[in-house]
Amino acid sequence: MSWTCIAPTLKITTRPDPPSTSLTASSACNSSSLHFRRSRFGLGAFRDLLDISPTLTEAAGAIVDDSFTRCFKSIPPEFWNWNIYLFPLWCFGVLVRHLILFPARVLILTIGWIIFLSSFIPVHLLLKGHDTLRRKLERLLVELICCFFVASWSGVVNYHGPRPSIRPKQVYVANHTSMIDFIVLQQMTAFAVIMQKHPGWVGFLQSTILESVGCIWFNRTEAKDREIVARKLRDHVQGADNNPLLIFPEGTCVNNHYTVMFKKGAFELGCMVCPIAIKYNKIFADAFWNSRKQSFTMHLLQLTTSWAVVCDVICFCIDNLIYGLSTWVRDMISIRAGLKKVPWDGYLKYSCPSPKHRERKQRSFAEWVLRRLEEK
Amino acid sequence: MGNTSSMLTQYDIEEVQEHCKHAFSQQEIVSLYQRFCQLDRNGGGFILTDEFLTVPEFAVNPLSQRLLRMLNSLNFKEFVAFLSAFSPRVPLQQKIEFIFKLYDSDNNGKVTFHDMLDVLRDLTGQFISEQQREQVLTRVLEEAGYTKDSMLVLSDFVKILGSSDLKMEVEVPVD
Repeated sequence: MSWTCIAPTLKITTRPDPPSTSLTASSACNSSSLHFRRSRFGLGAFRDLLDISPTLTEAAGAIVDDSFTRCFKSIPPEFWNWNIYLFPLWCFGVLVRHLILFPARVLILTIGWIIFLSSFIPVHLLLKGHDTLRRKLERLLVELICCFFVASWSGVVNYHGPRPSIRPKQVYVANHTSMIDFIVLQQMTAFAVIMQKHPGWVGFLQSTILESVGCIWFNRTEAKDREIVARKLRDHVQGADNNPLLIFPEGTCVNNHYTVMFKKGAFELGCMVCPIAIKYNKIFADAFWNSRKQSFTMHLLQLTTSWAVVCDVICFCIDNLIYGLSTWVRDMISIRAGLKKVPWDGYLKYSCPSPKHRERKQRSFAEWVLRRLEEK
Repeated sequence: MGNTSSMLTQYDIEEVQEHCKHAFSQQEIVSLYQRFCQLDRNGGGFILTDEFLTVPEFAVNPLSQRLLRMLNSLNFKEFVAFLSAFSPRVPLQQKIEFIFKLYDSDNNGKVTFHDMLDVLRDLTGQFISEQQREQVLTRVLEEAGYTKDSMLVLSDFVKILGSSDLKMEVEVPVD
């Protein structure tokens, strides 16, 4: 792990919230209001009313391509094995990856799990009375198993910036591509992360091992859950001895080319927000977990049979940034990781957009109509 | 082309191109096919209403419900034909026909006061009262030389919209 502490220190005091990114929709609304010119000729006014082409064009444009779906598309890398010389080489590569690398990695991972479990279980059960020592050891063991995981994908992680420290009133936020983000960051320092509770073996690991590093679970589908989770988060950041809290404010996995809007929850805890940018290099493997297409197990298998997982983790040193604003922090992460911003909420994957966007357009059209009425 | 396989043959592309009267180039049709497959999550060969509504930009559009009625159960060939009204290669007449079809919800070839009021309601929502809507529409109709009971046909639409600089074009992204 190499440390390059050359990230610039940014002196930022409270900064006014930038104007909310207006959706492309409202700019199209402005162009449609240009359409509604004052017209003395009777037919002209009727034409303006009947001409719904701007709204239709927007709808058709959304059908043909839209910025939201683009965030969750696995963009395949360029084909390089397209000719007669490279194709056999690629086939050879496939055999090496599946028959040599994969078994070796599974072996490494198995050894790692054996070491981990044989140390974790005794520590967990025998040191019940000595909480500080137990927690310290459990932290180290979780870091260790994460190192083994990263080794099993031949992970090459470049860390930039200052290493996160255990301090109260501090929260770390990062962009989200896959659940392995958590493993990659956990290798650097033991974080307490807030995650969606998953079913299956992942859920089992969540409730047993990750509980020991202080992770918090939420359930997207339960409405009441939000208040409970918010309270747990606040309690966690106050505690001096707790692991630094890691939050993924996007709320969902995005394909590492875009960022969706950050949820405000992480920024309303009344503590310092430290951004972390994670950028995966797609040359050897695409680390995006398309949760709609693959289960986590398949995703891990895919990574274990690729050549390597290469990524950059950039931590920022921030002086005087006490209350980070979600849009400002998102800008910082997007610029640093080379991601494009998209004005949509990640949760639109699971629910319909709120009616206020439609109402904005309806209001502007209604205002035009009312003006027309008052003209006479 | 019954079920959506991920392979589109040259023959299929040409067939679709014929069907939409060459509104799109072959590369555009391939792009549209990729998009169709992306939206058709369950792979049934048709994009369902819910699948269209997963595109937030489409779901927030005031005319989305009317469009969904026209988009219901379209296979790929019909999907391309639907979108052909938005191609820069088609004449203005076809675009006006599309707008007419959208207004004419009962498909009887006539657009009534009621049809126009429905579309106006979709576009203005709750920000204007029903009475005001009727007032504006009646007034505008009378100014244009029609009455509240007039039933407009396609030629009326062509007369009204034909002289305008109607811009209804969508660009299909081609990789």
